[in-house]
This record gives sequence, structure tokens and C-alpha cells, in this order.
Amino acid sequence: MNEYYFFAGYVVLQFVVLATAWNILGGYAGYVNFGTGAFFGIGAYTAVLLIKATGAPLGVQILAAASVGGMLGFGVGLLTLRLRGIFFSIATVAVAIILETVILNWRYVGGATGVQILRPAPTWPFDSYITMLFTVGLALAVLAVLIARYIETSWLGRGLRAIRDNEEAAECAGVPTLRLKLMACAVSGALMSAAGAPLAMYQSFVEPVSSFSLNYSVSALAMPLIGGTSHWIGPVLGALLLGIVQQVVTVTISSELNVLVVGVLLVVFVVAAPDGIVGLYRKIFPKREKE
Amino acid sequence: MSPLLQIKGVSKSFGGFAALSAVSLDVARGERFGLIGPNGSGKTTLINCVSGSARNEQGAIVFDGEDVTRLPAYQRTRRGIARSFQIPRPFRSMTVLENLVVPLEYVAHRGSLHTGEVEKEALEILEKIGLAGKAQASSSKLSQVELRKLELARAMAARPRLLISDEAMAGLSGSEVEEVLKILFELNETGITIIMIEHIMQAVMRFSQRVVCLDAGRIICEGTPASIVKDPQVRNAYLGA
Repeated sequence: MNEYYFFAGYVVLQFVVLATAWNILGGYAGYVNFGTGAFFGIGAYTAVLLIKATGAPLGVQILAAASVGGMLGFGVGLLTLRLRGIFFSIATVAVAIILETVILNWRYVGGATGVQILRPAPTWPFDSYITMLFTVGLALAVLAVLIARYIETSWLGRGLRAIRDNEEAAECAGVPTLRLKLMACAVSGALMSAAGAPLAMYQSFVEPVSSFSLNYSVSALAMPLIGGTSHWIGPVLGALLLGIVQQVVTVTISSELNVLVVGVLLVVFVVAAPDGIVGLYRKIFPKREKE
Repeated sequence: MSPLLQIKGVSKSFGGFAALSAVSLDVARGERFGLIGPNGSGKTTLINCVSGSARNEQGAIVFDGEDVTRLPAYQRTRRGIARSFQIPRPFRSMTVLENLVVPLEYVAHRGSLHTGEVEKEALEILEKIGLAGKAQASSSKLSQVELRKLELARAMAARPRLLISDEAMAGLSGSEVEEVLKILFELNETGITIIMIEHIMQAVMRFSQRVVCLDAGRIICEGTPASIVKDPQVRNAYLGA
């Protein structure tokens, strides 16, 4: 099979992870994170740092990125999750800008000019690095969905939904709201950073502006909204739809136009199907309410 | 026996406005306690301080001998203080049953994972309160009286020892008021202490063993329902002469 499909498929899988991770905090708990780019970028640069310092293999890079992302999520959460609504969102944008600035000025990891990464030979049983990355991306996507699904269907998910519906009532119903939000923010951050870790190997080149790009933040938010935030399948559907359309548009029309696609699709869905594809499906095939 | 709830010199202000100034009162175990007073007199602020939704700047809240003043609301709920909200705050994305599963999972059945058992208990509470027929309905589609009942049911699901009912009857019809009163009497008989905040005098007078009247953040009168309605200060501030 043409390697290009794996190359493009990897990007779609990466967005499945990002959208699913975003939805854990943004969809279930209702805390809109505009800083996906910060977590993604810090994941990529954790990998860069490891490659430069120790030459650690891809698996270690991903694990390290996930730990850094989890800690960053916990720290950012501790500082900002006492803020509600729009204030939390603004704080997450600030975090992305701060981290990008730090990397821009850090020579060791390439600074503003970026850094070239030499891909090592693929590990057995893979004969091409791209198919290997694709498989890793697939594993990450499956893992992210499993985690999100567990959270959604357990007492954790019910607690997060209670927070989204009414935070004060949730607290009075015994839900430790701050602790639950911190947990969601840390898990979400860890997954986002894990998604960013293979970027160095995927592109063979990493530089700060595109790694911390607002594009990741916008896509990670648009995909769950398009797919539907109330069910774990929502972000997956949104990421597949938007990710594939973006790849097709990039190849057939232009790479500039794919940003427009996100915008247009988002507007269409917000107007026509505010609960996303999942909401649309439930509207067409309603579950019978037992009376 | 020591009182279940002790409010000791609690003060709370919003900017320059003193919502509560040095309010002290005790609520005995098993008591039916009424809290009345004109709008803006500090009733809801006082129970916000008790439930942990707001923090008092001065004074202490002691529950069952333990100082809970610095505890977050969820910790107080776990110790046995539950409340309903004046304006119903259902978890709108959930069914009526799920609304009760939240406190059951986070308070009563913490750590155990038998969803079936939890749902059975939620259903029992709904039956008691007369909402069993709506168990699978979305809580966003309830009527006013159903929402009030859901507020009480969710508070009950936290298995409280002290239940604070914040205007659970406001805006309900005569027969609906009777229904809610009956539920509260039954709860009290099972040993739950109840603080009732209410504007419907006929209800609060019939229900309470003891009534406190707040005005402008101070207690102006305390006594039996019969003595309260005769008190000149209460008549002046609240009831109207």
C-alpha cells in the first residue's frame, strides 16, 4: 500500500487522541481548554529533549511526554481551575503563549530555528518508520478512547457531568469538584502531550511556532463539538470526519484551505446540529423514554 | 445531649453590606426548626455558610461536635449536612434517577461499585417522594413541583442527619404544599433534623417546633411558633401588623 495513506492516517489518529483528550475536560466537565497546543507542543519538545540528551526510543519519549503533560495539566489546573467558564479558557491560552516563548528562547532544543531529528531505523516487525508511527498512533488513539470511555461510564463521569450541569449543586451532593477537575485536567493533558511526542519523528523537524500552533487548540475543540461532546464516540467521529476532509482538501485543493474547512464545518454544525453528530443521531433515532 | 448544629457568632459580609452579623443559634438533634424573615434578611446566606457554599468571615459552624467552618461543602455533605436549593438546580443532562445516583455514589456508597444496588436505592427514595414514575425522564423536563421534589430527593440521597430545606414550597399550590410537608414530617420521624426556610407561614408554623426570625442579618426573635407570631418585632419586620 502507498505509504502516503499511513502518513495522512497518522495525522487523523493524532487528532482522534487530541479531540478525545480535550473532551474529557471540555465535554464532560464543561471546562473549555483553549490550550491544547501547549500540551501538544510540550509533548513534542519533551521528545526532542530526550532525543538530544539521551537518544531514548520512541516508547520512552511518549511515556515521558505523557508524564510531563499530566504534571502540566495538574499544575495549570491548580492555578486556574478555581476560575470558572471563560476565565479558565483565557488562562489556558496564556499558558500556551508562555510555553511557546520559553521554547523559542531555549537554544538547546533549537530555539526559534527549530531542530532537525534523524530518524533511527524502524524497530522490528516494521520495515518503514511511517507504518510504525501509524501503528503507534493507532495504539494511542485506542488507549485514549478506552480511558475516556471508562471515565464517561463510571462514577467519575457522572461527577464531571454534575459539575458541568451545576457546580455548586454537585459540591453539595458530595462531589469533590476541585479534585475531580484536577484529575480530568491531568489525564487530558497527559494524553495531549503523548499525542505530541511522536511529532519529532514524524516530521524529522520540529520548530516552536507550528508545534504550539493555535490550529491544534482549535481543531481539538472543533472536533468534539462537531461529533458531539456527550458520548466518547463524538470526538472520534468529529476527528475522523474533520481530519479526513482536511487531508483530502490539503492534497486536492490547497493546504491553506483546510483551516477554512474547520471553520465552515464548525459554523454549520453549531447552527444546524448543536449537539453534534451524536445529538443528530439521537434526534433521528430517539431512545424511548420509559414513563 | 449536645446540639447537632451550633452556629457560633457567624458574620458574613458582601463588600460593605453585612449580610449576617454575629448570628448564634443551636439546633437540637431530631428538631424541626423553622427559619423565617423578610427577603434579604440573611436566611439563605446563613444556610450557605452552614452547607459550605459560602464561607463566613467570623464565627464557627460546629456540626455534631466537630468544627466544620473550614471544610469544603462536599466534606460537610459527607458528614451529614444536606440541602435543597431555593431555585432548583437539577443536573439537567441526567435522568431523574441519575440525579440521585450522584450523591449516592459520592456519599453513601463511596468505594463500592454495585451500580445495580445504588440504582435500587435511588428508586426507593424516588418512590418515597412520589417521583418513581419519572425515574427515567430527563430532569430538564420536570414541572415546578417535580423539580422541588427532586431537590429534596437528591438531598435525601446523601443520607443526611441534617436536612436544610430552602423554600422547597415557594410557588406551589395548596395541595402541593401539603404533599411536601408530609414528606418532611416523615423524614423527621426517621430521625433527620430539619431546618425549614419558608415564606408560607401556615406551613412553617405547623411544621416547626421552634422558630427563629432573622432581620437584616440579626436574630430578632426566637421561640415557639405561637409566641413568634405574637412578637411585636416580628410583626413589625416581617408579618406586618
